[in-house]
Amino acid sequence: MEQDFEKIFQDKVDREIRIEPKDWMPEKYRQTLIRQISQHAHSEIIGMLPEGNWITRAPSLRRKAILLAKVQDEAGHGLYLYSAAETLGITRDQMYEQLHTGKAKYSSIFNYPTLSWADMGVIGWLVDGAAIMNQVPLCRTSFGPYARAMVRVCKEESFHQRQGFEILYVLSKGTEAQRRMAQDAINRWWWPSLMMFGPKDDESPNTIQSMKWKIKRFSNDELRQKFVDVCAEQVKVLGFTLPDKDLKWNEERGHYDFGEINWDEFWQVVQGNGPCNKERLDARKKAWEEGAWVRDAALAYANKKAKQKQAAA
Amino acid sequence: MSFQINKLYYGDYGESKNGAADISTQQTNKAEWPLWEVFIRSKQGLDHKHVGSLHASDAAMAIENARDVYTRRMEGVSIWVVESKHIHASNPDEAEALYDPANDKAYRHPTFYDLPDEVKYM
Repeated sequence: MEQDFEKIFQDKVDREIRIEPKDWMPEKYRQTLIRQISQHAHSEIIGMLPEGNWITRAPSLRRKAILLAKVQDEAGHGLYLYSAAETLGITRDQMYEQLHTGKAKYSSIFNYPTLSWADMGVIGWLVDGAAIMNQVPLCRTSFGPYARAMVRVCKEESFHQRQGFEILYVLSKGTEAQRRMAQDAINRWWWPSLMMFGPKDDESPNTIQSMKWKIKRFSNDELRQKFVDVCAEQVKVLGFTLPDKDLKWNEERGHYDFGEINWDEFWQVVQGNGPCNKERLDARKKAWEEGAWVRDAALAYANKKAKQKQAAA
Repeated sequence: MSFQINKLYYGDYGESKNGAADISTQQTNKAEWPLWEVFIRSKQGLDHKHVGSLHASDAAMAIENARDVYTRRMEGVSIWVVESKHIHASNPDEAEALYDPANDKAYRHPTFYDLPDEVKYM
């Protein structure tokens, strides 16, 4: 019986019919999605922190308004994704708890500090650029609510990348000090951005499950290569360089070759030992704990109003 | 000896414990604000369409939150919110019994009928 369901399920996926929350699905599919969607949501929420750092110090009112709008979008993206995960049966508070206790992870990129204004440019260009490269294929992922959330996210993400590139473009036309600041930011963020695509592809038999279920459509390395090819060209427009001496066009492959990623650093950051892991999680927990009285008060008020209405009826 | 290689894709950062296997999807938390489904009319003359859900303590807050979450770029001119527990849905397992009877009634469609070519505007 179970096997019949599984066959019907896989058949739907193969025919590109989206799976909806009330449809039968393998338990492992549900769990993989809960994990992936909630971690994606956590990344959006934690992702507000590095940029929030610069809202009060943006160099002009125009930049400040843009940065505020971008950070607000990220809150929105987190909420779209949490609501998609909730359709799978997990509650919002459970997801928060997993984040706050460190059980659930978020993208390692947000554990790096934002040291200068140029970091706002590089985050938009590289970090959001890498995110878009990954998120566009997710618009066709097999689980309906996730795919629909990603369509919304992708529509809004394009402005994020363009405003970042614009910041860098303006700096590239600026003073020597501004150019140095921008190049320094690129140097610091380039490798962590490449790590965002996740570990290298390997030959493990476990690798195929997400592909078979059409949660994923491209491998980490495929997407990473695409990202390198695009950025290697875009950086020329800025007149800056990417910090990789092995970066070179390979005529035969039709792609850029690039240097070895420091995977040890990646795993260190994932496991909680990055420069800002503790700071990010502490900020998040503090906001949650200090907001508790507001949540309680709002609920108490709503209950009181409901009772009054009942009594009057 | 057996060992497991965990494959992580973008947006999947693994977990300190064994996957999501111990995620309980049963318990309910009394302190959590209720869940609301949000429907947006994108412009006058069109239907309200489901866009997602959110948490809010009451209907007024749900509408305000929906404004912030789902209409930051003028996506709507009107918002409906319904507490999720009030939504009743058909059962997908019964889809066949529910919708199949419509399958063999092609005569409900205008293309079913053969008319002479001379007939215009019909």
